[in-house]
Amino acid sequence: MIRWLLLALLWCGPALAVGDPADQLPDPAQEQRARVIGRELRCMVCQNQSIEDSDADLARDLRRIVREQVAQGKPDDAVLRFLHERYGDFVLLKPPLKPETVLLWATPALALLGGLLLIRGLRRHRPPPLPDALTPAERDRLAQLAGRPQE
Amino acid sequence: MSEAVPSPTRSPWRRRGLLLAPVAVAGLAGAGFYAMLRGLGTGRYDPRGVPSALIGKPAPDFTLPPLEGADRPGLAAADLKTGRPVLVNFFASWCVPCVIEHPQLMRMAREGVPIFGIAYKDKPEDSLRFLKQHGTPYARLGTDQPGRVAIDWGLYGVPETYLIDGAGIIRWRMAGPVTEEILADQLTPLLRRGA
Repeated sequence: MIRWLLLALLWCGPALAVGDPADQLPDPAQEQRARVIGRELRCMVCQNQSIEDSDADLARDLRRIVREQVAQGKPDDAVLRFLHERYGDFVLLKPPLKPETVLLWATPALALLGGLLLIRGLRRHRPPPLPDALTPAERDRLAQLAGRPQE
Repeated sequence: MSEAVPSPTRSPWRRRGLLLAPVAVAGLAGAGFYAMLRGLGTGRYDPRGVPSALIGKPAPDFTLPPLEGADRPGLAAADLKTGRPVLVNFFASWCVPCVIEHPQLMRMAREGVPIFGIAYKDKPEDSLRFLKQHGTPYARLGTDQPGRVAIDWGLYGVPETYLIDGAGIIRWRMAGPVTEEILADQLTPLLRRGA
């Protein structure tokens, strides 16, 4: 009985898989291209997933549109433009460079610059290194301290 | 012993600055957070509110079949150019917020605002039942069962409502239910101005 149940469970496996094979393109090269494009596109419903990763209904619709257009032979940027025209900048997981996004793109460079300035400032104010040679008085004291346990 | 060496170059102002900087950052963050929470309460700040890419652009071209039994003609892009502002409302019987906004749509329809409906990914019999129960505010009614026309509109959920001016240009979009507040604060002034 249990063996039959296990067999039935195995049989259910493919139905539980996320990617519906019916939605995939027969040509593996085209399917690969569609996946690369899909990973650039945000699922508008779940917001922090790409349409390739999302189970949402709308993400599935958009995956289909991407595949249709790839199968029609549209270049990658034309497919992205198609969705950008409809859903705006937000659909692109990589935001385009424009006046409103300059600060966003410049942040890593600004952070690096800030860090370098901070390091320079800290180094400048480091106290002067201690003299490494001991004075004769210190040497005597040290010898005295080191000699004490033997007493 | 080395930390006991006082740095003569470090002025008291510098020390104070170092102490106050984190406090200032925390204060600013707190103020920002407070403004965000307040905005959430009043509806001025909506973290899910993504502006439509179609504002200021002509409505997309489309033709949708009518809903059988609803006694309303279907909807096409040409129907939107009436010379006066019209509303296009995407809805579905399975959509809970659609029930919330329905009374506002009915009221606008009674006041003579032309509202065109698009049933999104809905079984015709379910749409019909929904409209029988809640009333039909739509002058025209198209059905978009595959949801393809909706993508041309940049729709990402139901309900969504678009205001199209007399020349067929999209002027305003509400993603989510048109509540009484949104109707009073945003839509009514726009309609009064003739969009």
